[in-house]
Amino acid sequence: MTPTDETREPGATVAMDADAIRKAIRRIAHEIIEQNPDLSGVVIAGIPTRGVEVARRIAEHIEQVEGIRPEMGIVDVSMHRDDLATRGRLTAVEKTHLPFDLDGRTLVLVDDVLYTGRSCRAAMDAVASFGRPARIQLAVLVDRGHRELPIRPDFVGRNVPTEQSEKIRVRFENIDGVPDSVSVIKP
Amino acid sequence: MTKPAWTRKDLLALDQLSAEEINMLLDTAKAFKGVGERTLKKVPALRGKTLVNFFIEPSTRTRASFEIAAMRLSADVVNIAASASSLQKGETLKDTARNLESLLTDIIVIRHSSAGAAQFLAERLKASVINAGDGSHEHPTQGLLDVFTMREHFGSLQGLKVAVVGDILFSRVARSNVHALVKLGAEVTLVGPTTLVPKDLESLGVRVTHRVDDVIETTDVINLLRIQHERQRKEYFPSLGEYTALFGLTKARAARLKSDCLVMHPGPINRGVEIDSDVADGAHSVILEQVTNGLAVRMAVLYLCAGGAGV
Repeated sequence: MTPTDETREPGATVAMDADAIRKAIRRIAHEIIEQNPDLSGVVIAGIPTRGVEVARRIAEHIEQVEGIRPEMGIVDVSMHRDDLATRGRLTAVEKTHLPFDLDGRTLVLVDDVLYTGRSCRAAMDAVASFGRPARIQLAVLVDRGHRELPIRPDFVGRNVPTEQSEKIRVRFENIDGVPDSVSVIKP
Repeated sequence: MTKPAWTRKDLLALDQLSAEEINMLLDTAKAFKGVGERTLKKVPALRGKTLVNFFIEPSTRTRASFEIAAMRLSADVVNIAASASSLQKGETLKDTARNLESLLTDIIVIRHSSAGAAQFLAERLKASVINAGDGSHEHPTQGLLDVFTMREHFGSLQGLKVAVVGDILFSRVARSNVHALVKLGAEVTLVGPTTLVPKDLESLGVRVTHRVDDVIETTDVINLLRIQHERQRKEYFPSLGEYTALFGLTKARAARLKSDCLVMHPGPINRGVEIDSDVADGAHSVILEQVTNGLAVRMAVLYLCAGGAGV
């Protein structure tokens, strides 16, 4: 895989280009279909900002393949984090939007990068204040390791081994105005 | 694409905030309003933090609103009223506050009869200090909830015609409103008797008129302030009856408002003085919405000022 000129920069290694991201999201969509024979019971919720975009793309693929577009929601985890006080300055919070009955449904939580697992834990906490899904599954575009909680994703686009000092940067054309990419940034 | 970060430990006056900071508070308040619509109306954002409601002046609505806001954020709340505090025994404000801090409180919400009281504490304490009204200076969370309510109805405040009517001179609500409205691009007109609305207020970037009929048919929002008997040491107008006749939002005046005009009031209402009872409960009125929005705004303020790593 060759990095495009737009994403080439010192200290950054491209782990996934636009094509790899598209294929990974398509595979996740197929795995969700396979694991959930009754798709009408499945709802999808993204974690802002880029988890929402991954969720939207997954839902689009599911619709193309199965003709059903799962209902979509947004779970903002900032007010549910247990590490607020160590995360430095805060930014504006987005509204959590789950415009459907969760009870008895399968909720697929979607994020761009899985790291410590604390966002996912906070998302499950947020979801619990809306209702009680029958099950919650987790889909991520990138799993970079270094979990601090017993959380395991059900659907993974790609495992990208990292050092803790490194950062993962996800860029989407329709949000960031540069071609889709996942890069590992050296400190 | 990096979101702007909040950098203040205190909320003292809207005069000090940029339009970006005000919008950040309003955006966050929108998210927190959603918490009130959940089955479980509580989030853990301030778990383990202690908030002291330190009210040297009486208040029911604001104190209760801060208390519920803090509880919904999982903070522990202690209420201290003036009559119960050692201020009665001659302790200075600074000593009382330092004692509160020694009890490891993280947030102090203060209402005080002196302008600058919150600022005084904020400069001396590590805790977050939230101004819940200081004399005739500012009442920032009231100003925020007012613009939040307007933004919810009209989308944007740019070019919005807002009339603030009544006791402007003594009103911290008016001052906070004016600062927020001007920064967000609204066209503000202050209305009231010459004694309570001096012409030099125009230096704040607003219009001043002494005739409510000048604005009644064109304004998008009419915010009626309470006549504050307790703050007036002398008479600023001949009688309440005359005030109502000249400036009150009577049924006859309300009939001339634009169909989508919002009638607002920070409460407590003097029914029959600044607003007719039927109008306060009528179709234009968003007075109770303001109370609900106050909760969301205060949650946002507490979250941003006290939720992070400190500044």
